[in-house]
Amino acid sequence: MRFLKPLILALVLLMPVVPAYAVNPDEVLKDPLLELRARELSKELRCVVCQNQSIDDSDAELARDLRVIVRERLTKGDSDTQVLEYVVARYGDFVLLKPPFKGITYFLWLGPIIFGAIGIAAVVAYYRKRQGEAAIAEAAPAQTLSKEEKARLDILLKDEDDA
Amino acid sequence: MSSRLVYMLPLGIFLILAVYFAIGLTKDPSKLPSTLINKEVPAFDLPAIEGHDKGFSSKDLLGQVTLVNIFGSWCVACLAEHPFLMRLKQEKTIPIYGIDWREKTDGAAFRWLSRHGDPYTLVGDDRDSRVSIDFGVTGAPESFIVDKKGVVRYKHIGPIYPETWNETLLPIVEELRKQ
Amino acid sequence: MIVEIGHYALVLALFVSILQGTMPLIGASRGQVRWMALAAPASWAQLFTVSVAFAALTVAYLGSDFSVLNVIKNSHTTKPMLYKISGVWGNHEGSMLLWVLILAVFGSAVSLFGRNLPEGLKARVLSVQGLIAVGFLLFILLTSNPFERVFPPPADGESLNPLLQDPGLAFHPPFLYLGYVGFSMAFSFAIAALLEGRVDPSWARWVRPWTLAAWSFLTVGIVLGSWWAYYELGWGGWWFWDPVENASFMPWLAGTALLHSAIVAEKRDTLKAWTIFLAIVAFSLSLLGTFLVRSGVLTSVHAFATDPERGVFILVLLIIAIGGSFALFAWRGPSIKTGGMFKPVSREGALLLNNLLMTTATAVVLLGTLYPLFIDALDLGKVSVGAPFFNAAFIPIMIPLVLAMAVGPFLSWKRSGLMTPLMKLKFVFIASLAAAAMTFSMKQDASILASFGIFMAVWLGAGTLWEFSSRIKLFAAPFGESMKRMGKMPRSMWGMTLTHFGLAIAIVGMIGAEAWKVESIQVMKPGEMVTVSGWDYTFEGAREVAGPNYVALRGSFTVRRSGEKETFVTLYPEKRVYTVTQRPTTEAGIHTTWLGDLYAVIGDPSKDNSGAFVTRLYFNPLVAWMWFGATIMVIGGLVSLTDRRHRVGVPKPSAAPAPAAKK
Repeated sequence: MRFLKPLILALVLLMPVVPAYAVNPDEVLKDPLLELRARELSKELRCVVCQNQSIDDSDAELARDLRVIVRERLTKGDSDTQVLEYVVARYGDFVLLKPPFKGITYFLWLGPIIFGAIGIAAVVAYYRKRQGEAAIAEAAPAQTLSKEEKARLDILLKDEDDA
Repeated sequence: MSSRLVYMLPLGIFLILAVYFAIGLTKDPSKLPSTLINKEVPAFDLPAIEGHDKGFSSKDLLGQVTLVNIFGSWCVACLAEHPFLMRLKQEKTIPIYGIDWREKTDGAAFRWLSRHGDPYTLVGDDRDSRVSIDFGVTGAPESFIVDKKGVVRYKHIGPIYPETWNETLLPIVEELRKQ
Repeated sequence: MIVEIGHYALVLALFVSILQGTMPLIGASRGQVRWMALAAPASWAQLFTVSVAFAALTVAYLGSDFSVLNVIKNSHTTKPMLYKISGVWGNHEGSMLLWVLILAVFGSAVSLFGRNLPEGLKARVLSVQGLIAVGFLLFILLTSNPFERVFPPPADGESLNPLLQDPGLAFHPPFLYLGYVGFSMAFSFAIAALLEGRVDPSWARWVRPWTLAAWSFLTVGIVLGSWWAYYELGWGGWWFWDPVENASFMPWLAGTALLHSAIVAEKRDTLKAWTIFLAIVAFSLSLLGTFLVRSGVLTSVHAFATDPERGVFILVLLIIAIGGSFALFAWRGPSIKTGGMFKPVSREGALLLNNLLMTTATAVVLLGTLYPLFIDALDLGKVSVGAPFFNAAFIPIMIPLVLAMAVGPFLSWKRSGLMTPLMKLKFVFIASLAAAAMTFSMKQDASILASFGIFMAVWLGAGTLWEFSSRIKLFAAPFGESMKRMGKMPRSMWGMTLTHFGLAIAIVGMIGAEAWKVESIQVMKPGEMVTVSGWDYTFEGAREVAGPNYVALRGSFTVRRSGEKETFVTLYPEKRVYTVTQRPTTEAGIHTTWLGDLYAVIGDPSKDNSGAFVTRLYFNPLVAWMWFGATIMVIGGLVSLTDRRHRVGVPKPSAAPAPAAKK
């Protein structure tokens, strides 16, 4: 049993599967602007062998390969869009964490706006309907409040000011 | 009257969602379809591994229906399909070309193939994963059926078992051979 | 033997629940007092039987009974005691058992605290609770039985996933479930009200405390998860819009809307259909979350061991529960009498706006979470919807909400002027503008977005304080009077002020953590120093240490303020390998200050065996503000909960035709 601890420690140090914690120093580009772009792009690319992580976050080997490829393309002069297209050509739209704006994702991107519009329309309709009801109620011969009743009403309403 | 409709809306929306959920249960969200289907094989020219004197380039795939297999000596699942690939070679069913993916040490693939058998007509050494990534690899083993003109026609993820070969892959191969 | 008792107890619980779910319900519609009276004792019996079952499973874990399959898969003799206990719910089957236990607790709580509930309402509420329990108990007994035995029992277990062997994550599920199941109360009340055919202010008064409790617990659960991710995952991330995270966030959003809507329903007898709808939605989203997490339809780092067969069962449960309640809503909803009128600019109007924005936000998160499923189901391909979408879609909805939150409390009921509150807030506006401008100019890399965020946080925080001080007439009246007003202020007002203010603080934290984080990745030899954001991190080396069930490589970093000689703090990040599962985890070394967190992670040794290691060093600004702000929010919720008025029961209708007092 004595050898167990050093054995496990050796495993810790040698095991390739130990999480490398994403970006490694040997991947970092010398040009800080390019490196920044690389990081941002990596955050937008999905690791296809992971459960919902970006290649920037993931320690999978394939994620590392793709990070290196992103940096290679940037160094070769690709624009951000071109780098993303390179990866999409090989893995499909699935790899984009920011869904593209095209046919099948129109509803996704426009959805929030549509929901908001429906919501606003619903609220406006609600108020209109209530106003209509109130107008009908007012049109009926209403009992007007006497001055004292009005004063009491004002006090009561003020009292209700708490939540 | 319209207010009645409004009250029914949540139910309607929920039922639509329920249908999607039911369909969703039959799907596997992690399965990724290939972007290469019906496109030409990505151009590549890989060096030889130890034990083979020739490398493997995309031009070698022209003129016949071929099976391209991405594997590695480190890949446990590849051992599961290996005997079947050997059988395919013995029966001369289809030429198999191998891409040795992400080998870490020299000669590792050679030793592995010597031990388990070498079903490959040609093998390319893809140390830095570039070619495998060009094929959209997500794991090993993965296999591609390529037609005579060098167009990818089918991608199979995971080991090839005899039943899968007979039911799915072989019919595609035979169909392509007729063209 | 104990395990068998647990199993039988669970079956017994099922029968009790069937009884509880049917007879009081029938009794209520027929006016059968005896049948209705069954509800309370049934809920106690259910609590007893489920508790026995849960206790049996816990005993199996504590005693490391490896004849139980569940214990084998999730426990080990060398696991520390705390994680033997938390292992009980750190897996699919055990967590479902915890679910029904909490469900039973809440049911009995209604029996205990609801003595002056009208009989019919109480019977219906408990029946609905019973029916929910039936669904879940069937699910457990038929597909997810934690009491499955294995023979012969192995010598030891497979131990718990090391990521779960963590105090934050040990408590994360219980609090989440307290929240999810807590919303079942509002749900049961809503169904009961729909069945009865009326929603009156006392109904709303009943719903509020339960919703407050559920909301508070859920907030704690979500924040625990976020905090765990921050210190465990190694780079300071705290929210990823992962489907399972969204599954917990959606009920929270709906629950917040429900809370506010219930206020209007209670005070002004209006927005009742909305409140019923939200009560159904909040719990439905809890159920939906259960489905998403355990059925395998979505990929997520969090997903439990997924199983389509279980997914089918839960889906059927969903269709019955959610479909049934929405069908009931469609049928009975229109007959809910509409209540008082109010103008758009009024407190009701503001709360309706809150409803609208929160519901839209919930819908947006739902859309993004389910979209990949839609596209896949239609065979249109595969898409991913990640953080970029959610941030772009969610944040714009929150902006008008936060802006309105400072104004809302100033508005009076029924009708209110807008100019007066806005004029009252003009100093707050100036202060917010100043803060934003200061942020923009001081921080070199401050973006417009971050500065605008600071504007909003100060607007909300200062606005809330301003409203509070104007309510107690601070500085506008003698101090003694202000004190008196403060003393008389109802607890729910305190709660509102605290929670809104807490949110402002949390927003500041979020901005700091997201926008101004500084990271430095390099290889360091012992003795080398790296400066991050004005702090000098010196790597002192790494050595091996042993834990109870793991071996670790522990690095040590002394941190000093730049230029100073005195050590400010020493950080000890670790890389652990757990002996049984051979799984590695990384523990960051973190020191928290109010201005930010010093955060160090030790990585792999460098490949040239020179004794150097990959190190990741961070300065994460203002992170503590997030946790602190969230804590204040929860305290606000709990303070509101203790409001005396919530404990006053429904006033019994008296013989004399005196006007019923609204207090």
